Amino acid sequence: MPEIKELVKGLAEKHGRNRESLLPILQGIIAEERFISDAAMTEVARELDMSAALVYGTATFYSFLDTKPRGKYVIRICRTITCDMKGKKQIIKNIEDLLKIKVGETTKDNKFTLLETNCLGWCHKGPAMLINSTPYDSLDEAKVNEIIMEYIRK
Amino acid sequence: MKNVKRVDIIFGAYTQEKYKVFEQTLSKSSDQIISEVIESGLRGRGGAGFPTGLKWKYTAAEADPVKYVVCNADEGEPGTFKDREILTKVPRKVFSGMAICGKATGAKKGFLYLRGEYLYMLENLNKELDVFHEVAKKNNFDFTIEIVMGSGAYICGEESALFESIEGKRGEPRNKPPYPTVSGVFSKPTVINNVETFVNTLMIMRIGAKEFQKLGTTDSRGSKLFSVSGDTPIAGIYELELGMSLEDFVEEFGDGDTKAVQVGGASGFCVPRKKFKDTIIGFEGVPTGGSMMLFNSSRSMYNVLKNYVEFFEEESCGQCTPCRVGCQQLKKGIEAVKKGDKSAAYLNTLQKLADTMKVASKCGLGQSVANSFYSIVDNFKEEMIY
Amino acid sequence: MANTVNLKIDGIDVSVEAGKTVLDAAKELNIHIPTLCYHEDLCVAGNCRVCVVEQEGARNLVASCAMPAQEGMVINTNTLKVRNARKHIVELLLSEHNADCTKCYKNKNCELQDLASDLVQTEQLYIDLVEEKEYTKDQQSPSIIKDDSRCIRCQRCVRTCNELQHVSALGVAYKGDHMKISTFFENPMYDVVCTNCGQCINRCPTGALIEKNYIDQVWDAIHDPEKHVIVQTAPATRIALGEDLGMEPGEIVTGKMAASLRKLGFDSVLDTDFTADLTIMEEGTELLTRLKKALVDGDTSVKVPMFTSCSPGWIKFIEHQYPEYLDNLSTCKSPQQMFGALAKTYYAQKKNLDPSKIVSVSIMPCTAKKFEAARPEMRDSGYQDVDLGITTRELAVMIKQAGMDFETLPDEGFDSLMGESTGAAVIFGATGGVMEAALRTAYELVTGREVPFENLDITPVRGMEGVREASIKLEGLLPDWSFLEGVELKTAVAHGLTNAHQIMEAIKKGEASYHFVEVMGCPGGCIGGGGQPIPTTPEIRKKRAEAIYREDSGMKIRKSHENPEIQQIYKEFLGEPLGHKSHELLHTHYTKRKRH
Repeated sequence: MPEIKELVKGLAEKHGRNRESLLPILQGIIAEERFISDAAMTEVARELDMSAALVYGTATFYSFLDTKPRGKYVIRICRTITCDMKGKKQIIKNIEDLLKIKVGETTKDNKFTLLETNCLGWCHKGPAMLINSTPYDSLDEAKVNEIIMEYIRK
Repeated sequence: MKNVKRVDIIFGAYTQEKYKVFEQTLSKSSDQIISEVIESGLRGRGGAGFPTGLKWKYTAAEADPVKYVVCNADEGEPGTFKDREILTKVPRKVFSGMAICGKATGAKKGFLYLRGEYLYMLENLNKELDVFHEVAKKNNFDFTIEIVMGSGAYICGEESALFESIEGKRGEPRNKPPYPTVSGVFSKPTVINNVETFVNTLMIMRIGAKEFQKLGTTDSRGSKLFSVSGDTPIAGIYELELGMSLEDFVEEFGDGDTKAVQVGGASGFCVPRKKFKDTIIGFEGVPTGGSMMLFNSSRSMYNVLKNYVEFFEEESCGQCTPCRVGCQQLKKGIEAVKKGDKSAAYLNTLQKLADTMKVASKCGLGQSVANSFYSIVDNFKEEMIY
Repeated sequence: MANTVNLKIDGIDVSVEAGKTVLDAAKELNIHIPTLCYHEDLCVAGNCRVCVVEQEGARNLVASCAMPAQEGMVINTNTLKVRNARKHIVELLLSEHNADCTKCYKNKNCELQDLASDLVQTEQLYIDLVEEKEYTKDQQSPSIIKDDSRCIRCQRCVRTCNELQHVSALGVAYKGDHMKISTFFENPMYDVVCTNCGQCINRCPTGALIEKNYIDQVWDAIHDPEKHVIVQTAPATRIALGEDLGMEPGEIVTGKMAASLRKLGFDSVLDTDFTADLTIMEEGTELLTRLKKALVDGDTSVKVPMFTSCSPGWIKFIEHQYPEYLDNLSTCKSPQQMFGALAKTYYAQKKNLDPSKIVSVSIMPCTAKKFEAARPEMRDSGYQDVDLGITTRELAVMIKQAGMDFETLPDEGFDSLMGESTGAAVIFGATGGVMEAALRTAYELVTGREVPFENLDITPVRGMEGVREASIKLEGLLPDWSFLEGVELKTAVAHGLTNAHQIMEAIKKGEASYHFVEVMGCPGGCIGGGGQPIPTTPEIRKKRAEAIYREDSGMKIRKSHENPEIQQIYKEFLGEPLGHKSHELLHTHYTKRKRH
């Protein structure tokens, strides 16, 4: 895994090797890889000279620091009641149909992962979702189909 | 008489140049700033409502030469989105407020802890931050701000959990005391305020404590941003004077069929229609960090409660027993009652459990789960059973 | 009295030192507040919330373990609110906990069980959550079993592993309802940086962390007529075993232990203390040889300081965390393993036994000894040198299974060969003991005189300070050792792996220089070992250490080299310390392991 080694080393150079550098480094891995593998965490532990169990414990605490394999595009649908009231379920169904996966799953080509998440802060414009870090609000069936199709074409 | 008073200060464009108020305030002494904030009666806008001026005063009084200012932009309370709007539209006001706090307390460094869900705005924030640092430098004011990103954990909105997270750890709330003003981030005296609170302090510097005091009521001075969502034709963000009744609020924002309003998000209180009239929105009544979720008669309050409880079950940090296991039991419990596996009387057992969670949990998360649980179960018992 | 605060608990005034907690203050008044996550050896967590009390004027209850006592505070420990909260909290813990107590190894020695019996007197209040949780049980380590279904997430183990041992093999993972105690990536304990020290077991309030027990295998061996089953007992077992059998900490039960082992049916009851003395002969000679090579011959391949190698937790720690210092470790096997190697060679020859028919059992205060016995390099006799390593606790279980009234057993002695020992050997059980024993012999070897301490008690290396240093000037040496004339022999002692880490960092940074360093993996040394009776506290460890030194003072022979069986084995079998045979049977090598 020479790439991971390089990536983690680069992030450590950028963010430092203190305990407070841990989250920025893990976030940096997510930005590149979409998830933090055990190999990546071992590298982080090595760079920061800290316990790998603590790296793992910290990563798993945060919902966005996935430690399980994720697709290139991680879709997170807001599951808060207000988005739910505005039709979240239908949005999920549309995406499931388009991508042929269920919530929690990743497409075979590793391009998409579909997840639910807690309040995204777009309650007045629900339903809302994030694709990687980009928010999409005021979703309806036509809009979500269009957005997903655009990513499929990417 | 129209009882919902709209105000336009926080986003309001005023004629002065950007950063003018900040620059002018730099000529004031620490004591002057703190006295003015105390006099204004400003209380924290994150929801808990601690007097802001006192926080600043306590921190200023600490002897440690290293102190920090932390801006809590981990806006995770379901139904709240005002801080996102502030940080999108007027980030300079937030930075200015933080810097004024630095001036007042002697802190030289600020952290803005931004929730992971708002990562998309980081680039713009950093651009504005460069401008701020320029202005500070030009005025020979030694204060820098660093933006620290969260990564999806509601509990990090709890102040001590937020410190832990800045320090690169799991966001687990600490035992208190010590309080942040004595030992906060990196164990140094720390002022931590909500995004909106910092903007309010800048506003106080601009209009003066006296003008600020004219807004709102004795217990709830000033204006407040409300995040209005749910069954309303005009969902959005509104700056309103504090102290209105919920009846007035619903008249303004409801869809004509409002049966309940959840004030303060999942950790707040659910107020049923029959209590709208007697419910004051503010620290003397039902406090809120701004989240106002309206539900009309087509909604199942069971679904609402289940949604909240599931949220807490997942977002509890998990370290303390009442919160970690309590949330699971509340969820399982209402499901069992709904299915008929448990009798309606089991709801009483769960309410007693909620009482214990309120008094025995380690932090505000576990302590406030009881708010929505109790108020929804109490007011909508039939919906829980049938 | 500026540093005291005055408060009132349950209507009674109490003054305590500033910085003490409400829990401390209540203890002063003999007011019992139940606790779970609290442990005297660890930092305060305040997360189980069982110890909540009511503070007048406070909106919510406060956790007494975490709340500093403050001037004028009024505390009530027995109110309806408090009792309800505690009861609910214990009920909640039980709902997440696999509570089939009668099938649990910790049955009747479980703090949750105690609390449940004290506080919960109703039928089950809440819904059982255990069934749908995907709890895992890790039984792959030869030393430790981790059963998540019994875990109450108090994090004592995590704090132990992190604060006391600087290992951090265990951490807290996930949040909310998924929060759990986990190794890196939830890998099995044997496959992470765990040292098998078992300190987590000593502090686990429930049965979530226990030793892997080999009780049935020992019984099977005893009852196999084909087998000759011998048993060795480590120094620290004889001052702690009684605690698990109804006696007070600090009682010496050497004689009763020997008697009980004989009654259990072991064919020969022997003593690890014998090989502790042998260790001194080998390790002392190794030290002097190293010093000569390093100081006189200028041989840079020889590493100084030399570290002791008796503690298998320490060995695995250094293999993981400081592999660059493996050459500094004494090559001596631990006393358990020296015993094992000799049992199937020397002992077999002398007793005319077929070594393949010998089952070699050890009674250890230690869980890491199980792993050590299973190391592939520990087969120099041609067989697995030690077949079964069991803890002091497991022996107590066997004694109970056999229905013995331990306290009334007569005092008996050990069998021979390999049963004779000295005071120097027994103090191996306490931190500083190996150092003291080594100095007693090495000093006399090079000077011809006894160590210059009253009654041979080298007090500077004794005690419970985490790191202790002592030096001894070598003067008036015998002609053979004159090359060491005037050398100030610098030694250090550390116990608990956090202190070991501290000493290693100091050495690494060049801030400390020693000739000889004793490290014991567990706090207090073997008396506080991971296989010793539970509970463990600083007070209990102090009593055990005092008992060890009492046992030493009462011994006829106090110096390893004067042990007649030691003299005999060198004459008849080994030749000389560090001789050919010793190298073959008594010395070993170490393995670099992954750091993360």
